[in-house]
Amino acid sequence: MALPEVKQSATEARLSALSLPESGCLKAAREAALSRVQTMGLPSRRDEYWKYTKPDTLVQADAPKAAVFNADEAPMFSAFERLNIVFVDGVFDAEASDDLSLEGVTIDRIEDICCKDIHWAKDLYGVLEARGQTPVERPLAALNTAFATDGVAIRVTGKVSKPINFTYVHSDENSDAILHHVIRVETGAEVTILENGPAASRFNKCMEIDIADGGKLHLVRAQGRDHERRAATHLFARLGTESVFKSFTLTVNGVLTRNEAVIELTGDDAVAHIAGACVGDGDFHHDDTVFITHDAVNCESRQVFKKVLRNGATGVFQGKILVKEGAQKTDGYQISQSLLLDEDSQFLAKPELEIYADDVACSHGSTSGAIDDEGLFYLRSRGVPHAEATDLMTLAFLAEAVEEIEDAEIAADIVSRLEGWLARRR
Amino acid sequence: MLEIKNLHVKLEDEDKQILNGVDLTVEAGKVHAIMGPNGSGKSTLSYVLSGRDGYEVTEGTAELEGENILEMEPEERAAAGMFLAFQYPVEIPGVGNMTFLRTAVNAQRKARGEEELSASDFLKEVRAKAKTLQIDAEMLKRPVNVGFSGGEKKRNEILQMAMLEPKLCILDETDSGLDVDAMKLVADGVNALRDEGRGFLVITHYQRLLDHIKPDVVHILANGRIVKTGGPELALEVENNGYAGILAEEA
Repeated sequence: MALPEVKQSATEARLSALSLPESGCLKAAREAALSRVQTMGLPSRRDEYWKYTKPDTLVQADAPKAAVFNADEAPMFSAFERLNIVFVDGVFDAEASDDLSLEGVTIDRIEDICCKDIHWAKDLYGVLEARGQTPVERPLAALNTAFATDGVAIRVTGKVSKPINFTYVHSDENSDAILHHVIRVETGAEVTILENGPAASRFNKCMEIDIADGGKLHLVRAQGRDHERRAATHLFARLGTESVFKSFTLTVNGVLTRNEAVIELTGDDAVAHIAGACVGDGDFHHDDTVFITHDAVNCESRQVFKKVLRNGATGVFQGKILVKEGAQKTDGYQISQSLLLDEDSQFLAKPELEIYADDVACSHGSTSGAIDDEGLFYLRSRGVPHAEATDLMTLAFLAEAVEEIEDAEIAADIVSRLEGWLARRR
Repeated sequence: MLEIKNLHVKLEDEDKQILNGVDLTVEAGKVHAIMGPNGSGKSTLSYVLSGRDGYEVTEGTAELEGENILEMEPEERAAAGMFLAFQYPVEIPGVGNMTFLRTAVNAQRKARGEEELSASDFLKEVRAKAKTLQIDAEMLKRPVNVGFSGGEKKRNEILQMAMLEPKLCILDETDSGLDVDAMKLVADGVNALRDEGRGFLVITHYQRLLDHIKPDVVHILANGRIVKTGGPELALEVENNGYAGILAEEA
């Protein structure tokens, strides 16, 4: 079916500002992705999947300007040992990055893959993204696959001794970055990947993750304090038998953030936990959109999302659990909650379950509310000042999501950033 | 220490008068008990003194050591030395008991211009006090009151009281939900805090708590006023004969 004229012209305007990078062995994947974008058209508010989030600034030809934020604090995850990979406005910075060699893992730049005729990443690049286009179209992900200018391919073959950390630096007020990472965790291998930073004025990032049987991947990302930035991220993951994928995302401010996660549990006994905590002020708009497909027996999925919104901020959650026929003994849990610190803020939620197996345990809940007055009075009656008592209860509210982080050190870093955000109000 | 004069209080949201002119003085070193039938205004009195929302003082005053507490925020009253042991302590998921206690202790110290307690000093003190109240380390690590039994909640209240060392302790029906052993434990905790500089206001339905926490003065609150004041024998009279006789006298 032909695209509506408005959508077609908007898509053409965006595509005309881009050119397909030199592609080598990724050429076919990029061209197929471009074709998908042209068929789908870029999203507009009229698309059901973008009902609560206005995608205009994510799809317009030029990125909106975003002032560069001067952080007055140390970068996240910098206090402990990790392999650091730095991207400045979406471009790999070799000087700022560590040596990319580490036992149990190989790391290549996408650019280097493009020069080769054969590379393992060729069989993954754009594949999970293409699979994730049904039943819901995700044209920004296809746009990313086609036009990504940088990124890395990580192949994990053993238990990696320290986390691999991506630091995304935003240094130009008009930067428009498109990054694409592919990650393959081989049988029984294990790795922790961290991401942090505001990245660019506008950031389109896609991560495709394939976890083989018994593999484990922990992903913790922190989207930083640049308030004017806009970001659309896609996380596509396919899980093999007895594999584990745990993801946590912290978002602190940002005028527009849309984080999509599309997870397929294709092997028996696989486990996927997708969690997030976000805190935002004013024109902050944060959207978590998650689609989890259970396609094997005895798998477990958890979605835990908490949002703290104040001064008119908006939070969105769209989460779906699809249990396919035959995916018996599925254990699916989904919770999304928001704490509204004033009456101007809002939370829009669309939790969904679609189940075609008969021996499953699935639950979902979505709520929004204010600070509990009874609890607040209790704390104050013990001498805790109002603001401090509110902070204690706010952190307590976020705790369920933060608890999804396995590493205590990383979790403590996340909590300290949340405390910083709370303290800045005073 | 605490001086309440002609206190009139109504519910903020409805036109319902709860306290109709309470006069009460609690001296330092003394334990005053307040008894009274259901709906007489006992809990309202404790909430109004601690600064809970939802009540409007229409007349009268309440002073703690000469300071008008009715105009203070709840945390200011706490820092001034007021403590309310709740009848139904609130559960606060996600807030660790120790974190909360330390925050409270240090907030009060800060408000009074005192140096904050170091982590190790705090730990030492809380462990020692918890031990006497038979509160185990595991309970201290749990979120505030979450999953606590009735007895554990009340012991936790007394632990807070012991750590905060208030000048005036108000115990709102602390005996409710306690078995005999737990009540003895809680009462021992309270009695350990009795000294010449501290006043107590013990709100209770029953004499049995007063068997363990011996009051100096007993008041009967009915229809929002103190209708009778006496010694410990007044509690026994209520236990034996109920409130009917006293209320008839008042009428």
